[in-house]
Amino acid sequence: MKRILVGLAVIGLMVGAAQAQQTKTIAVSVPTADHGWTGGVVFHAMEEAKALEKRYPGLKVIVKTSPDPAAQANALEDLSTQGIDALVVLPHDPNVLTDPIRKVKNKGTFVTVVDRIADDRSIYDLYVGGDNPGLGAQAAEFFKKAMPNGGDIVVIRGLPIPIDKMRVDAFNEGVKGTKINVIDSQFGNWSRDDAFKVMQDFLTKHPKIDAAWVQDDDMAIGVFEAIAQAKRSDIKFVIAGAGAKDMVKRVMDGDPKMPVDVLYSPTMVAAAMDLTALGLEDKIPVRGDYILKASLITKDNAKDFYFKDSPF
Amino acid sequence: MTQAVHEAPVAATRRLNLGAVAPFLALALVCGLGAAANARFLSFDNLTNVLARSTFIATIAVGQTLVITAGGLDLSVGAMAAFIAGLEILFLNSGLIENTTLLIVSAMALSLAVGALCGLFNGVTTTLGKIEPFIVTLGTMGIFRSLLTWLAQGGSITIRSNDVRAAYRQVYFGDLFGAPYPVLVIFGVAIVGAFILYSTAYGRHVRAVGSNEDVARYSGINVARVRTITYVLQGLCVAIAVVVYVPRLSSASAATGLGWELVAITAVVVGGTRLKGGVGRVWGTIAGALILEVIGNIMLLSNVVSEYLIGAVQGAIIIIAMLAQRGLARNR
Repeated sequence: MKRILVGLAVIGLMVGAAQAQQTKTIAVSVPTADHGWTGGVVFHAMEEAKALEKRYPGLKVIVKTSPDPAAQANALEDLSTQGIDALVVLPHDPNVLTDPIRKVKNKGTFVTVVDRIADDRSIYDLYVGGDNPGLGAQAAEFFKKAMPNGGDIVVIRGLPIPIDKMRVDAFNEGVKGTKINVIDSQFGNWSRDDAFKVMQDFLTKHPKIDAAWVQDDDMAIGVFEAIAQAKRSDIKFVIAGAGAKDMVKRVMDGDPKMPVDVLYSPTMVAAAMDLTALGLEDKIPVRGDYILKASLITKDNAKDFYFKDSPF
Repeated sequence: MTQAVHEAPVAATRRLNLGAVAPFLALALVCGLGAAANARFLSFDNLTNVLARSTFIATIAVGQTLVITAGGLDLSVGAMAAFIAGLEILFLNSGLIENTTLLIVSAMALSLAVGALCGLFNGVTTTLGKIEPFIVTLGTMGIFRSLLTWLAQGGSITIRSNDVRAAYRQVYFGDLFGAPYPVLVIFGVAIVGAFILYSTAYGRHVRAVGSNEDVARYSGINVARVRTITYVLQGLCVAIAVVVYVPRLSSASAATGLGWELVAITAVVVGGTRLKGGVGRVWGTIAGALILEVIGNIMLLSNVVSEYLIGAVQGAIIIIAMLAQRGLARNR
């Protein structure tokens, strides 16, 4: 009991001191690096936190990672009780986290949501996200150009969640009415091991495949390995998405098997943090929805999307 | 007291033998289904693909069979696989040894050593600490996976040198007189596992400890030691799986080995090992692992099942295969 009281007193002193210095705090809550893309998110959040603290003396940026939606809900509560001025959150599961985020917002905290959002758009001041339908549409556009006479392609999707559906629907819409046939489509769970298996089975099942659309760069690694093992030369190219550095490197080096990549970059978290700081420190009105373009990464522009030090 | 331990298996011998065949009949059934779904199912390439893929689960499940037979459980195997894979690749990238072959062989040896140590840690914590294996291995599952994520700094660890990659690749994709190395690994591990469980004094102790811990203790068996060694063997099996896994994609990430523990335990149970301990079937486990992998393969090869319903059909087939197997074991 005594220890708790002393602890509370210390925290009280710290909060008091912090307020006295007029510092402002931005809390950043993101998922733990459980796969390549979220690994990139954590990396870019950490880097941007350092950069922002340097740019705005007196600004404190806390980055907190959580392994699952429930843990993230707790983390939001903890961060909020610490006293924060703004929250940047990339929710694990937007449906589960809608209410915890609303609670933070109701306290008067500036809330920025990144990437994933459920139907309720009243819970944030600022939204920064990637263009999911655009990712599918850009890929479809490239297929149309690269295969004017049509062909048979296979599709490897991610996990059965809304993001995946938006991408696939836009892709299918894009190739509709052309001679491009999607002869098979399966979930690869955004895992390179699962994508390897799925591609192996596609190769067994279909004697001729002209090209593949793989929704994510991590999975493309497994797909290339499966094609190499089967020694099949009918697959002319594989198009993936996200902008992982290994795949951007392939595009940059002019690999004919991977002519382009579609951007869906984990750097979006850094953009969100920057905008939030701009509103908080420079008093520039930033509220609104920002959708980052699903840019087509080609040999010519690949160097703009290549982050050598990023883990992703 | 000792008699009680030995009598139980003797009385059940007839049923046990029939039970031992049942998983293979279930496997044959599933394969028949595969052949009906797509003629290419029986092609040499497809069969070797499926066999090679099942190496990881089959190898790990052989270790799990020993652990479960001794009355334990290991939930950390998937995370342990990821951790060992990460360390092995870091070693391969370290360039400590010039000669490529020597480097790869040392990396394999390192993996086995790390696997054994991880298993020893699980075993000692369970037995000396007297904590439920479920809790211990749930803890180490988190520890191993976090360590890998930390080593990879949230990304993936990939073999950097193209020479090493090309040389090591053979371990997964190469073959000996037409038999792919991974398939040889499955059979090697199963033969050794079956020998340990059925033909050694230690194997008898494992079964005794699993069927009745107190009776085994009164019979003079060092229960803690027997159990600890099963975890060490499990660690070695995980390391063997990793040695075959790493050359496939030459990389490890936070997603490596995710969920393997549940698949391995399912394979063990489908193979006829009793989850409560005491009865272990190594060859049944291999059949179990193959059944699970073949079902996944059939789902993709057939045009009938919607991509959204794969999980449901897979689950149903597993249950039907189990029912058929139980029915066979009872009726004959």
